[in-house]
Amino acid sequence: MSELLVDARGVRKSFGPNEVLRGVDFTVRAGEVSCIIGPSGSGKSTFLRTINALETIDAGSLVVQGEQVGYELRGGKYHEWSDAQLAKFRSRIGMVFQRFNLYGHYDAIENVAASLIHVKRMSKAEAHARAEQELAGVGLADHMRKKPHQLSGGQQQRVAIARALAMDPELILFDEPTSALDPELVDEVLETMRQLADGGMTMIVVTHEIGFAREVGDTLSFFDEGKVLEHGTPESVLSGSDSQRIRGFLDRVR
Amino acid sequence: MSGTRTEPFRGPGGATIEIAPRLHVSRWVVGAIAVAAVLWAVSIVVFNENIRWNRVWEYLFSPRILEGVVVTIWVSIAATILGLVLGVVLAVMKLSKNPVLRWIAEGYIWFFRGTPVLVQLIFWFNLAFLLPYITLQVPFTQIGVRWDTNQLISGSVAALLGLGLNLAAYFAETVRAGIQAVDRGQREAALAGGMTQGQTMRLIVLPQALRIIIPPTGNEFISMLKTTSLIVVVAGNDLMTNASRIYKQNNLIIELLIVASLWYMLMTAIATYLQSLLEKRFGEDRVRLVRGPGFSQQLIRAATGAITLPKSKKAEKEAAR
Repeated sequence: MSELLVDARGVRKSFGPNEVLRGVDFTVRAGEVSCIIGPSGSGKSTFLRTINALETIDAGSLVVQGEQVGYELRGGKYHEWSDAQLAKFRSRIGMVFQRFNLYGHYDAIENVAASLIHVKRMSKAEAHARAEQELAGVGLADHMRKKPHQLSGGQQQRVAIARALAMDPELILFDEPTSALDPELVDEVLETMRQLADGGMTMIVVTHEIGFAREVGDTLSFFDEGKVLEHGTPESVLSGSDSQRIRGFLDRVR
Repeated sequence: MSGTRTEPFRGPGGATIEIAPRLHVSRWVVGAIAVAAVLWAVSIVVFNENIRWNRVWEYLFSPRILEGVVVTIWVSIAATILGLVLGVVLAVMKLSKNPVLRWIAEGYIWFFRGTPVLVQLIFWFNLAFLLPYITLQVPFTQIGVRWDTNQLISGSVAALLGLGLNLAAYFAETVRAGIQAVDRGQREAALAGGMTQGQTMRLIVLPQALRIIIPPTGNEFISMLKTTSLIVVVAGNDLMTNASRIYKQNNLIIELLIVASLWYMLMTAIATYLQSLLEKRFGEDRVRLVRGPGFSQQLIRAATGAITLPKSKKAEKEAAR
């Protein structure tokens, strides 16, 4: 079996009095596509954001790419990561957001090249060449010089995927990548993600697209009330489950 | 609208039928009344026998007035720069995670927005009562410099301090709003892309906040040009002070107020033109949607229609492509 890229044990997280994660156990191996489904408020997005340390965890253990996320063991105590350590860690993990979050003052190429230039310290020419290659890869060769507001939602999301890919990540996190899209634009983004999966990219995908989870996912986790209620192959979770919660949820999203 | 129609109307027989132009009767009537009212108001001033227009022209370019114009311009520019720089510092302090910095910034803003600028000006001018000497000294040594406060704080310097410190309190709110208006998601995307907090602020947040911050600086400056006339209370040699000194001697009050007003209007018009350039560069299309060009701006645009505006580097590149 390939190595564990993400190993979460008993992860807990509260926002004030509201406990969002109540002991999440979750693993992803290199090359796997792991889909996460569940009702809103079940903690699936929050959990995804702990993986690249956009959120800290309160308890439990979260090891990503062999590192305890957010803390460094020094002199028998855990010390919080510095800003620089956080940045270095995050540069190895891609993230694609529900609302695309492209930089509004940059065009498509500049969006993709920004981290290459300022994090990977590439020359501008080198970074732009790489950006053009990634944008062509997601089918946006004709839109390289457009600003985000000149692109459709589906095109923006594909720029965001190219931006994540350009950093050569070992893992890409997708936070409901198609939920903010008009229905007719969903397929172009799912198709891009499917190609990534076929290329062997390790992906964790929080989604409501059950069809995508079934066809592309290697594993499927059902989150409910801050815990993983069911985990297994998509087929076993979608068809084999006798949980009322899962049955009810699936009936509603279908 | 008939103007958008490219095909003529055709009657039942296929013949072309013309559209009669619409007579905007009510528009003409209201317009005529408005023009008459304006002409009447203007004529009261222009043909008033009590206004000696020849004296207006005489003083318009007199050395003391020109000197005042120069002082007004430099005090306005210096006070605006002081206000902008301090305003950015205050805004960052107010958004800081350090509660002490936050309280200081809030206290400052409360004080300077809570007291009239006139009071502040007089306060700075009379600083010598509080501190007869201003001393800068390296602690525990004799090394330092010492100034007589009355020499250091002239009317113009008092004005500059008062107006600049006051503007900072207002401008801090603009800057804060600008920073906060940048979508949180973009900040997260930058962090997720491996940028540090500093890079995120510098590369992603501030450039976009500037688009919101920069256009109002034009308004602040225009407003500052005229607020400087308050310097008259601290005798600072600006346009208004010099004009008032002249009319106190020769009693040509209205004439010199007209002279001062003409200069203020000219300065405002130029500043408005510069502002429109700023907005072109930074505002892209958003700012102009909110605020269309003003009257003086339109006048200047009509007058300088032949002059092409300097383009930003980016616009040039885009045009070349």
